[in-house]
Amino acid sequence: MSEQVREPLWEVFIRSRRGLSHNHVGSLHAADAQMALRNARDVFTRRMEGISIWVVPSASITASSPDERDPFFEPAADKAYRHPTFYDIPKEVKQL
Amino acid sequence: MTAVAVDPAAVYTLRHADDCLVLSHRLAQWSSRAPSLEEDVALTNIALDLLGQARALYTRTSELDGTGRSEDAHAFQRDERDFVNCLLVEQENGDFAVTVARQLLFSTYQLETWRALGGSTDRQVAAIAAKAVKEVTYHLDHATQWTLRLGDGTAESHERMRAALEQLWPYTAELFETDAVTDDVVARGVAGDPQRLRAAWDSSVDQVLREATLERPSTSWTPTGGRRGLHTECFGYMLAEMQHLHRAHPGARW
Repeated sequence: MSEQVREPLWEVFIRSRRGLSHNHVGSLHAADAQMALRNARDVFTRRMEGISIWVVPSASITASSPDERDPFFEPAADKAYRHPTFYDIPKEVKQL
Repeated sequence: MTAVAVDPAAVYTLRHADDCLVLSHRLAQWSSRAPSLEEDVALTNIALDLLGQARALYTRTSELDGTGRSEDAHAFQRDERDFVNCLLVEQENGDFAVTVARQLLFSTYQLETWRALGGSTDRQVAAIAAKAVKEVTYHLDHATQWTLRLGDGTAESHERMRAALEQLWPYTAELFETDAVTDDVVARGVAGDPQRLRAAWDSSVDQVLREATLERPSTSWTPTGGRRGLHTECFGYMLAEMQHLHRAHPGARW
């Protein structure tokens, strides 16, 4: 495993079956998008984990910073009225 | 395997089974040594696909020749002269470019072979081929992607890919040889005509090489013998390594 040139990092998203959304499953290195897609197929779908793969350059992802955690997320903590817990949900509605 | 009266179809399936097993072992030798973790997994995935194809073909061979010989007996209890794989698949891994070139040249051949076998009059062989086509399509895609990137990459990667093709090219002639065995299976509709495969192989390989800015090597040296059990020097060492555990502990399991 030589480390002379590190290939770019890619984030991998896999949809396990129709109707569900793509979920983040991990990351890997690859020289370009097409190779990243193939590497993702080889590394993450060996056991029939999915039917669709997305790869995204990790550098293209803008992430929230841990430093911003309080202003970002804390204000939602005491606003219970935002949760739809005050409504009666019909039994037939399984996934809401 | 020196019996003369054996069904040529059994010899034919054994040749392809041995191709699969030997290349599978060569690729497995990359395990933990590939240029990257991702490539390590990719190469061993291909190795496992080929091992699966080998197993199915050994089983079919034993039905056709009536010996009932087990998969393990085929893989571990035959000597070098009994193996009838082509010389191309036994060639050493070399650098990554050599492994990619070997895979490109062989997977192209294998894909065309499996496609033809999909219409085999031997329905079991046809079923094995139908499953293998999907696997080999991916092997060829993997080899093609790397050939394009190494060939049309840096000066160094281009030179290594060129050298790899030149090194392996002589061994491709053997893939399209005909003999009494191929004549028989082609006549019975068990297999496709090797000469007809040649045209498809040529155009497929040429297209990849052109796109990868690589030249098709030319050679007048065309070593042969693998289909008759006459192998290159490196094969004996590979076989010794592959078989030593089973020979030291016959019937070993885990």
